[in-house]
Amino acid sequence: MTPDAVLRTRDLAVGYRTRRTRKAVLERVNVSVRAGELVCLLGPNGIGKSTLLRTLARMQAPLWGTVELDGGDLTAISHAELARRLGVVLTERVSVEALTVRRIVELGRYPHSGWFGTIGAGDRRVVDWAIAAVGAGHLADRDFSRLSDGERQRVMIARALAQQPVLLVLDEPTAFLDVPSRVEMMALLRQLSRTGGLSVVVSTHDLELALRTADLVWLVKPGGELVTGAPEDVVLSGAIAEAFEGRQIRFHPDQCAFRLLTGEHGLACVDGGGLRASLAKAVLERQGFAVGAASTDGVSVRVDESGWHVSTLNERAAGSDFASLAAYLRTRRAG
Amino acid sequence: MKGREAVLLAALIALLVGVFLLSLALGSTSVPLGRVVGALTGGVAADRPADFVIVRTIRLPRSVTAMLAGAALGIAGLQMQTLFRNPLADPFALGVSSGASLGVALVVLGSGYGPAAAFGTAMGLRGDALVTVAAIAGAAAVLALVLAVSTRIANPTTVLILGLMFGYAVSAVVTVLVGASQPERLQQWAQWGFGSFSGVTSPRLALFGPLTGAGVLIASISTKQLNALLLGERYAQSMGLSVRRARWLTMLGASVLGAVVTAFCGPISFLGIAVPHLCRGLFGTSDHRLLVPAVVVMGAAVALVAQIVSLLPGSAGVLPLNAVTSLMGAPVVVAVLLRSRRGALAQ
Repeated sequence: MTPDAVLRTRDLAVGYRTRRTRKAVLERVNVSVRAGELVCLLGPNGIGKSTLLRTLARMQAPLWGTVELDGGDLTAISHAELARRLGVVLTERVSVEALTVRRIVELGRYPHSGWFGTIGAGDRRVVDWAIAAVGAGHLADRDFSRLSDGERQRVMIARALAQQPVLLVLDEPTAFLDVPSRVEMMALLRQLSRTGGLSVVVSTHDLELALRTADLVWLVKPGGELVTGAPEDVVLSGAIAEAFEGRQIRFHPDQCAFRLLTGEHGLACVDGGGLRASLAKAVLERQGFAVGAASTDGVSVRVDESGWHVSTLNERAAGSDFASLAAYLRTRRAG
Repeated sequence: MKGREAVLLAALIALLVGVFLLSLALGSTSVPLGRVVGALTGGVAADRPADFVIVRTIRLPRSVTAMLAGAALGIAGLQMQTLFRNPLADPFALGVSSGASLGVALVVLGSGYGPAAAFGTAMGLRGDALVTVAAIAGAAAVLALVLAVSTRIANPTTVLILGLMFGYAVSAVVTVLVGASQPERLQQWAQWGFGSFSGVTSPRLALFGPLTGAGVLIASISTKQLNALLLGERYAQSMGLSVRRARWLTMLGASVLGAVVTAFCGPISFLGIAVPHLCRGLFGTSDHRLLVPAVVVMGAAVALVAQIVSLLPGSAGVLPLNAVTSLMGAPVVVAVLLRSRRGALAQ
């Protein structure tokens, strides 16, 4: 634990209280975030990631233990002061009618402005900066309700940036986004943490993307154990595989990627290299073949400009596209 | 505020002034506009003292009451709609209207009860004052209950349902009272339910005016909080708003405005829900820095127009105010919503 931690928890337990009981979802959480770090919070659904993030953002009280922001106890900070240090972006789709993007981002000046919420020249500069930082300059005068989901989340991040926080907490901001928007979102968060010195804690289900982007991973394993470390350390420890592998899916640490469990239909090999060969491999794996080095007893596939050619011990076949290759493999499998 | 919005707001204010003067001129007997202005400024010709009396003593308090009531209901409706993020919320969402009805019903319909028994014979100012006090007491009782229970509820929609349920329960008691009462008392009861701005005479305006005026003023300086709530309570909290306190104060403020208007003018149902929609449609924004002044002016103007129409100028007849507001207003609101594509329908 270094002294420059922006956020630190001490023996934190998060969960829910009813009138008589406290039900902890995660216990003994001791984590810290330093300035400029991008932290990805990973874990299966319903394990308590959102509960943890809400507690870090003081939207929910801890059951036990403390959260410290800039070295001070989180509960001792006023609402406005907290908002000046910590910005939040949630999963929920914000539906607000007839408000321009600029007005939404201006709402982020709330903790900095006076009673009437007047926006001065200084505030305007911060708002312009925030809009530019998320690359939404061309959207500034558009109606928020007409934006795509990805654009909306960008605007919500700009609004949080306008609070000028030292820490940004995001609860699955990519949940409703398409794949390119997800990648862009993570790239944006990394850029903000690199250039602005902003600390970012983000929960996500995009495991592979998170492992490529994060400085630090907080992984919640089934059972509630929290594993922290650089993505590579967490991969090496086998914790990712423990947390996410199922009957049908295997984690490949060397590629930091998940693959469907394959090989129940025997061995196959693909001749040659290049894009065609790797696509042919994908077809074979999907049809249940383990693709490896050339084997004498299995299926051998070669793909060139004219199409695919399969040779096995007792037959040969050929076709023009991958669909027919898949169909051929299916019939072989059935037979 | 952009140029177009400033022009629209100025036009709305001009419209309000025009309607205000018109409301002083029109009625069972019409007074020329020149004499209306004369009576207002005090420079009225001595040859027509009747005009002075009609304008200053009868019509001016009525018109001021209408404007205050309209502005109060408009802003209270806006507060409730934003707080609950629900386009159907109105100032009476927490049951204050039903509470006021119960208070009035107990006084007007309750038989064998001392003050109520004297009520039929002594209608006059004392009767009106009794009705007002009863309405305020009833509304306060229900509001206190709803607010007390609502502090234990986290979800704003649940609070809305809670208010609705209290309203139903209280209305049921009123229905029982109505069912068991004598016909001549029912007449009075129905009269109260029609709503009217005429009952607030000058002495009563001295109480009604400051009450609603202060309420509107307090609500007007909460634009920042209301804007933060546009993104939902969670985001509002993350931006530094003390959500619990803001919710409680907003519910209290809006309900008190609704209760005061109901107590003095009867249950006026339409304005609180319609005026915010009219303004959102007209101005094409959800920004409260613009909406708040807009609903104040629009609410006052719409209430005045309804007041003028309900008196059927040039005739002796009178239409129930509630019927006028809804009959006139509903088509206008529907037209604005359909044309603007923004507004509440899109939510």
